[in-house]
Amino acid sequence: MKRIYVNEKWCLGCHLCEYYCAFANSGKDSMVKALKNVTINPRIRIEERGGISFAVSCRHCEEPLCTKSCITGALTVNDGVIQIDKDKCVGCYTCILTCPYGAIVPSETGAIQKCELCMNNSAGKPACVAGCPNKAIVFEEKE
Amino acid sequence: MSKYVIIGNSAAAIGCVEGIRQVDQKGEITLIASEPHHTYSRPLISYLLYGKTDEQKMKYRPNDFYKKNKVIKRLGETVTEIDKKEKTVTLKNGEKIPYEKLLVATGSNPFVPHMEGLESVKNRFSFMTLDDAKALDKALKKDTRALVVGAGLIGLKCVEGILDKVATVNVVDLADRILPSILDETGSGLVKKFLESKGVEFHLRDSVERFEKNKAVLKSKKTIEFDVVVIAVGVRPNISLVSDIGGKCRRAIITNNKCETSIKDIYAAGDCTESADCATGDMKVMALLPNAYMQGETAGINMAGGTKLYENAIPMNAIGFFGYHMITAGDYIGQTYETLEGENYKKLFYKDNRLMGYIMIGDVMRAGIYTSLIKNKTDLATIDFELIKEKPQLMAFSKKKRSEFLAK
Ligand SMILES: Cc1cc2nc3c(=O)[nH]c(=O)nc-3n(C[C@H](O)[C@H](O)[C@H](O)COP(=O)(O)OP(=O)(O)OC[C@H]3O[C@@H](n4cnc5c(N)ncnc54)[C@H](O)[C@@H]3O)c2cc1C
Ligand code: SF4
Repeated sequence: MKRIYVNEKWCLGCHLCEYYCAFANSGKDSMVKALKNVTINPRIRIEERGGISFAVSCRHCEEPLCTKSCITGALTVNDGVIQIDKDKCVGCYTCILTCPYGAIVPSETGAIQKCELCMNNSAGKPACVAGCPNKAIVFEEKE
Repeated sequence: MSKYVIIGNSAAAIGCVEGIRQVDQKGEITLIASEPHHTYSRPLISYLLYGKTDEQKMKYRPNDFYKKNKVIKRLGETVTEIDKKEKTVTLKNGEKIPYEKLLVATGSNPFVPHMEGLESVKNRFSFMTLDDAKALDKALKKDTRALVVGAGLIGLKCVEGILDKVATVNVVDLADRILPSILDETGSGLVKKFLESKGVEFHLRDSVERFEKNKAVLKSKKTIEFDVVVIAVGVRPNISLVSDIGGKCRRAIITNNKCETSIKDIYAAGDCTESADCATGDMKVMALLPNAYMQGETAGINMAGGTKLYENAIPMNAIGFFGYHMITAGDYIGQTYETLEGENYKKLFYKDNRLMGYIMIGDVMRAGIYTSLIKNKTDLATIDFELIKEKPQLMAFSKKKRSEFLAK
């Protein structure tokens, strides 16, 4: 399956991926409307320290602890992509308790949000990858 | 004849169906459960009362689940006996159902201790099942005075569910603090203060000496008038089907890492079992939904002839009240590191260069990174512990580890 891979060597720490992610998932048609004067809550997050930076988002694990642990059945695996049914999710955060990458975050509605590889938004393919100026995030098939 | 028989219809049972079907698409599965409902998420009964979900949304799996997985369901039927020689289970009506492999996923029942005068109380409830929740809901009115006995996870989830629907909620518990099974003193204090600010009244280090119809007389001689009482002092694992036929049990059914009981071809999973805490090796009842599902799945895979081991379990919990969240995991032993800023509290427990447990209240972001340190028994000397103490982050791992996490 095609997954997102991050190479910290190439990451500039510019945070553009976070902005592209927030825009792609905003449901808005212009970046200005989506991002101006708002504190973004992206599904991909940069960690940075002492000159090192890298992006973290859902790894779409083959043995997804979040999905197996979800108390409601709101997290499901569809063709390898771990998806969230925000209507079903009650925001108990059991998935945050179990995700070893810290890749699941609360959303504004109380439900959680996570990377769904942009399969469920207007971008249709990972916006962070398309927006990364230095190819530090790629979307590819390995093995 | 059914190849697989499953007793139960909750997280562990559903995990088992999904486990079996990963290996065996065809073998007949019969699933028997006392509760008559489509599989639902038990923890959601409080959210149902709170209005955060509804009966359709609280279904643990979609409407077509049984059909899709070719499961013969016998809902509303209770198993009274297992015959390990004949390999059959007997239903209440006397019908016998043969099995090749059996899963016992019977969960637990509310424990109601003897309390003087309890029988005289008309509106008394437990809080374990969808039917309990619906019955309780019917008894609640705007001017209801509710009394909840038990300040543990179930009692307080019930409090959250009903608080906005009633006039007053009083909570009585023998313990000196709330949520004693998951929180330390500081943590309990924070959550108690928060719940008090919402209008809940606590009576700790106290217990009900006797009920007199609509009045509870406490040991402290305080009296509490109420219209509805919920008893949530604890649960008892449903072990009798297995203990009656000589299966090894302590507090719960003892299972190994394949989720087998001590009886051949009988497996057990979920709240009715004891299994090993991978961080300490101790056998424990780790009654929570993720563990139930994963045990069930493991059992299912093994029942169908596959191989899977269940060896990553630790006690853990994610719970919240009115948007105030807490996540806890592991065992509270060893040295501690603590921070408290306003309503955000964190305590880490570490020993012999390993993280043993943690409590996070308020800010629970990325807690799972700590959970994985406990489960993986990560040697803290191989990461930047000072950094990860501050907050959970992948930066604290070596470059090589980070690349394994993110680039492979
Ligand atoms: C109010 C409440 C809140 C909770 N909140 C959380 C939470 O936030 N997070 C969390 O992780 N966990 C929570 N839990 C715990 C969680 O619900 C359990 O860990 C989980 O449901 C265990 O699943 P199980 O399959 O082992 O058993 P159960 O859910 O107990 O189901 C057992 C099933 O077996 C059936 N059964 C029993 N005996 C027989 C018999 N003889 N014949 C036929 N059928 C039988 C019963 O009808 C039932 O359907 C909560 C529990 C409660 C009550
Ligand atoms: S927060 Fe939502 S998605 Fe996560 S475990 Fe709870 S119900 Fe499932």
